[in-house]
Amino acid sequence: MLIAENISYETGNRMLVRDVSFSIRPGEMLVVLGANGAGKSTLLRMLSGERKPSKGSLTLHHKEVSHYSAPELALKRAVLNQQNVVNMAFLTHEIVMMGRYPHYQNDPSLKDREICEEVMKLTGTTHLSERSYLSLSGGEQQRVQLSRILVQIWDVPNALLLMDEPVAGLDLQYQQQTLAIAKALSKKGFMVISILHDINLAAQYADRILMLKNGRKWYDGTASEVLSTKNIYEVFEIDSDVFTNPKTLKPFFIPKNSTVNLSSIS
Amino acid sequence: MVIQKTTLYVLLTAALFMAASFSLGLGAVKIPVTDVLLILAKKLGMFTNSVVSMQHEGVLNIVRLPRVALGILVGAALGISGAAVQGIFRNPLAEPGLIGISAGASLMAVIVIVLEMALFASLSNLLGYYLLAFGAFAGAGIAAVLVYQISRTDGKSNVATMLLAGIAINALAGALTGLITYMADDQQLRNITFWMLGSLGGATWETVLAIAPFVLIPVFVLPYMGKALNAFALGETQANQLGLRINRIKRNVVILSTMAVGAAVAVSGIIGFVGLLVPHTVRLLIGVDNKYVLPASALMGALMLTLADMLCRTIIAPIELPIGVITALLGTPLFLYILIKDKKKLTL
Repeated sequence: MLIAENISYETGNRMLVRDVSFSIRPGEMLVVLGANGAGKSTLLRMLSGERKPSKGSLTLHHKEVSHYSAPELALKRAVLNQQNVVNMAFLTHEIVMMGRYPHYQNDPSLKDREICEEVMKLTGTTHLSERSYLSLSGGEQQRVQLSRILVQIWDVPNALLLMDEPVAGLDLQYQQQTLAIAKALSKKGFMVISILHDINLAAQYADRILMLKNGRKWYDGTASEVLSTKNIYEVFEIDSDVFTNPKTLKPFFIPKNSTVNLSSIS
Repeated sequence: MVIQKTTLYVLLTAALFMAASFSLGLGAVKIPVTDVLLILAKKLGMFTNSVVSMQHEGVLNIVRLPRVALGILVGAALGISGAAVQGIFRNPLAEPGLIGISAGASLMAVIVIVLEMALFASLSNLLGYYLLAFGAFAGAGIAAVLVYQISRTDGKSNVATMLLAGIAINALAGALTGLITYMADDQQLRNITFWMLGSLGGATWETVLAIAPFVLIPVFVLPYMGKALNAFALGETQANQLGLRINRIKRNVVILSTMAVGAAVAVSGIIGFVGLLVPHTVRLLIGVDNKYVLPASALMGALMLTLADMLCRTIIAPIELPIGVITALLGTPLFLYILIKDKKKLTL
């Protein structure tokens, strides 16, 4: 159980996140939506323990996140970051095994190896196993990082999985697959929180959606509850039509054309 | 990966043993390799009744053995700290020199050379030598601590700032070194130049024993940080998310590397390029897993310096070339080759 009560984050007199409250229980998948600069990544950094909230209380399994040590947190939550830059030519399977580092001292156990194999099969990266990470395409690297994150908490009950734009740079097949994996894990008891930009993907996979604007929580509810033309205009400042997908009965969003004035170029 | 990790360990150890035995026999007094081995065996209590020349035994004990031992220690120190510093900076082009360690050592050494001549002209050579070594070691430590402290904000040290601070400290130490060099007299200039080019010529059992702990502790402790340094390759944030206490690790790596490099520079002067090239070569052979790269870099560094010392003592014997010149002459082309071959893959 992760509970945020009125958490704020302030840096250099700027409030990046302001009085946000929400909670998530095992089995739920929560998607965070919002425009650039709305405070999504800052919120995620607080949830991961990287940043301490300037105000408010944030508890994971009834203990303040900031009171956990780094090794303790590593055994309870995993984070898929937006940017992952590696300069050394590690092999793909070596990168994935790093996700098991919190679980072993010197040498990986048989179980550690089995989990890596299983996850790499799931993410479709087994055939990349012996390749240098630096030689992979951007989308392949992203899937390898996803594998590393998943092996870290694979065998941890009620683990917290945080993902910052996990589908950026992935093709359509792997966008669906990545979120399907996250969703399936939430059904196994994980708490999944993911930042997304694609409203339709959010509608498709989220149990609940948190919409942020200017660092504040604007709306919080199921896709059908919060994804309306009015709400989307408030948060993203775009005009759109929202329909109901006849098969899934989930909202389905189509942006309207926006006009750009280039008169100064003529 | 070109060869198996264990194969590389075995090959490096064997090559180091052979190079060392060969090097022990070379010099003004030539000693056949068989005699070298026999004398070594005798020292270990084997073949005690075999006959070897007293002169050979003396030369080996007093001159050659400490020199070869010093070369092995200095090489291991430079090799392993190069690998560790590259790991912490997440950059295959980093080197201990980059964070000001060598520049700090040089500055203090030059100060000691000039001041010693000016103030303590009466001091004996040996005391002066120890003063020089101590000064260089202190300089390395001061530079490393300065760079590390400058790079700290809110209790966290930033690697990019650390590099920039290193560049600044390098420039400052370089300018001060230049200033003092400018004021030095002819004899001091000779000493300064000699020291800056690096040499194992000062080897005695005392110097070997003096630096042994400073080198051996990092050589045996750093390999245990292999896993942590691997995680660092993912990024500091990611390493922290994997449960590493990144500040503690950075601090320990800086301390251990400064210990090793400071001690090496203190007794042998500036020997360039070993810290850069050795880990690079090791990674080409066995891959980049630091668990194996760190110990292999110590072995490879020891081998490289033993060979370089052998060359600089024999190429134009009886004149001895500075070993720093040899490592740079051989190292630079190799480094440029790697750079050109891999430049597409490098991101700084």
